[in-house]
Amino acid sequence: MSRIDHSSSQTDSMNSEWEYAPAPETTEVNIESRYGLFVGGRFIASKGRRRFDTINPATEISLSSISESNEKDIDAAVASARKAFRGWSRTKPIERAKYLYRIARRIQERARELAILESMDGGKPIRESRDVDIPLVAQHFFHHAGWCDKLQYAIPGHHDPRPLGVCAQVIPWNFPLLMAAWKIAPALACGNTVVLKPAETTSLTALRLAEIFQECELPEGVVNIVTGAGETGRLLVEHRGVNKVAFTGSTEVGKMIARSCAGTSKRVTLELGGKSPNIVFADAAIDQAVEGVVSAIWFNQGHVCCAGSRLFLEESIHDEFVRRLEHRMRKLRVGDPLDKNTDVGAINSGEQLEKINSYLQHGVDEGATMTQCCERDLPENGFWCRPTFFTEVQPSAKIAREEIFGPVLSVMTFRTPEEAIQRANDSPYGLSAGIWTDKGSKVFEIASRMKAGVIWCNTFNKFDAASPFGGYKESGWGREGGRHGLAAYLA
Amino acid sequence: MSNKEHNRLTVEKTWKLFMGGAFPRSESGRSLEVTDGEGRFKAHVCRSSRKDFRNAVEAAEKAAAGWQSRSGYNRGQILHRMAEMAECRKSEIVDTLMTTGQCSRREAIRETDHTIDRLICFAGWTDKVEQVLGCRNPVAGPYHNMSIPEPIGVVAVVAPKESALLGLTSMIAPALASGNVVVALVSEENPLPGLLLGEVCATSDVPAGVLNLLSGERAELLPHIATHRGLGAVVAGGLSRAQKTRLKEDGVDSLMRINPTMDTHDFEDDAFWTSPRALMPFIEVKTMWHPVGG
Repeated sequence: MSRIDHSSSQTDSMNSEWEYAPAPETTEVNIESRYGLFVGGRFIASKGRRRFDTINPATEISLSSISESNEKDIDAAVASARKAFRGWSRTKPIERAKYLYRIARRIQERARELAILESMDGGKPIRESRDVDIPLVAQHFFHHAGWCDKLQYAIPGHHDPRPLGVCAQVIPWNFPLLMAAWKIAPALACGNTVVLKPAETTSLTALRLAEIFQECELPEGVVNIVTGAGETGRLLVEHRGVNKVAFTGSTEVGKMIARSCAGTSKRVTLELGGKSPNIVFADAAIDQAVEGVVSAIWFNQGHVCCAGSRLFLEESIHDEFVRRLEHRMRKLRVGDPLDKNTDVGAINSGEQLEKINSYLQHGVDEGATMTQCCERDLPENGFWCRPTFFTEVQPSAKIAREEIFGPVLSVMTFRTPEEAIQRANDSPYGLSAGIWTDKGSKVFEIASRMKAGVIWCNTFNKFDAASPFGGYKESGWGREGGRHGLAAYLA
Repeated sequence: MSNKEHNRLTVEKTWKLFMGGAFPRSESGRSLEVTDGEGRFKAHVCRSSRKDFRNAVEAAEKAAAGWQSRSGYNRGQILHRMAEMAECRKSEIVDTLMTTGQCSRREAIRETDHTIDRLICFAGWTDKVEQVLGCRNPVAGPYHNMSIPEPIGVVAVVAPKESALLGLTSMIAPALASGNVVVALVSEENPLPGLLLGEVCATSDVPAGVLNLLSGERAELLPHIATHRGLGAVVAGGLSRAQKTRLKEDGVDSLMRINPTMDTHDFEDDAFWTSPRALMPFIEVKTMWHPVGG
């Protein structure tokens, strides 16, 4: 149960602002001291001996020991998925649906436990894992459950779609359980079987999901989960027994996967990086736009592939907008991910923090002006980065071109809609774009000319199981979610 | 094709490329011989170079925004006009199909009819693609959310060996119908019908650069296609296994959309080639959110 301690000192003096009392989530979540792999419906030991610790990035304290899957483990997992495919692909669609509905319901029942575990292992604020990640996970299974017996209506002109076979799915650490759901739910709905590899820093919720599959009596081998790092992922996507590869992660790794699959008949979908523009016109509702920019770049510590990391402001509103944005940014509360008042949690890993910090240095070195939030002290342990924005950013600057994957925003200006469009599209990426204006005709004009897969107009970072997600250009191949996402799992 | 009729010497056509609405020769000055089934000379066609390919992509890039922004109704009328012009030149098209001696007159007529009908089919798709492949998504929140298919942009088409005209047209028509601009490499084995399509195009109100046609050697040009960053997609038929792999590898650097197995579906198969599935390699789905209320 949650506990709010009203007795702690809420104010230091009448002069200072009132501080929030700590409001940590206190539900106990059981974590085993060591985990194996989930293959053939059972948790089994890895055939190798290598293990690694998964830590809480907010404390750097180890939560559990995870197996590093080797070649033999992958062989076993793929064989298990292959064996299960025969039965699963022939299971009556309405029966498959009932399994997925059951999973969705069980996720809703165990929502709090999953949210806490997600925040502990990944560092994201409990407010987000509780209100965004886990509800979307449940919705994704529920939504796709309903597709199982309607696949003949999913692809126009394709009245007899068939499953592909065994799907190798490799997911990132920014939305661990949500990405697992995005991958597993449509694959299963279409009659495929799965070998999933979660990211090495965030294996716990995927393994918890495996327990849920057991509880739901999902047939053995329909979903197999192998843990490990990049090498395990490589072994999995390159495995000859795999028919389909689905990857979410960096563009660099996505290209390696595309190359390794080029000579095969494997179907490939990729959800990769972004450097998404967020364009604010002078006629926008400015306070709403400020809120939109906050959620575009500081949601989930900026660990979001579609983050609105390039802010384009119409020149006439630049100074006022930046003033309001800074005011708002300074109200963000950075700290304990399990505290219900926390806005920005821990950076997922020391490695990622290092990468973000190097970009901050680049920004300063390249002459941009850095503004950071919060006078509050950051916790001593753990990985933390203060929400940051840069002004006076040159379009050619590293921080304006490369994906930082952290809470770092580059602010630039434009004079005409034409210039905004041209600069927004001037990126090898094309995942998302934001448009802020109160003029409807302008919304449609700009949206139609953005080279991006998801356009948020007067909103940002909204997701839904029924809404296709995916990028243009180097942001990837294919869509996930909605009717369009099903094509990735059907032949 | 030189023969004497009524003591008059026939004027022979110089087969040229079709690029930016004009009919240039290859910048390389090279040519290839087209012979009939018995090895007798029939015509010379240009042997396009890498530079020709790049020029064609440049011409296509210039035409892309204009073609995409035209209404489906307008694009539909233009594709219909192509079919009208092809119908007028039917006997000429049949002759070119028979040039290499690979098909009988009956087969050539059949392929020509099929090709014209395919143009008609896609003339009708232009203003329906968005309805059939797009939708409003019922999201669980106060948002209007819709997914709309959009053209990828500049698309390269590599024609198969067989079905020199039907194969080429089956890939070009859905690309154009969905708003893409095209650089196509016509069949190496029989380039004439493909090149003739350029002449059809030139009299059909197709804006300059929307369709560009190159003749030449597949093996020579293939390595320059998917490495060209001006392209958004490549579709191809008639490639060897090694060529398919190479094409996909070439495209990795820009994550170009590559579909080298279009000939998996027999080009005569109307069930596939007139269906929305034929349009799918040429579109990208864009999803738009907007709040409702407030």
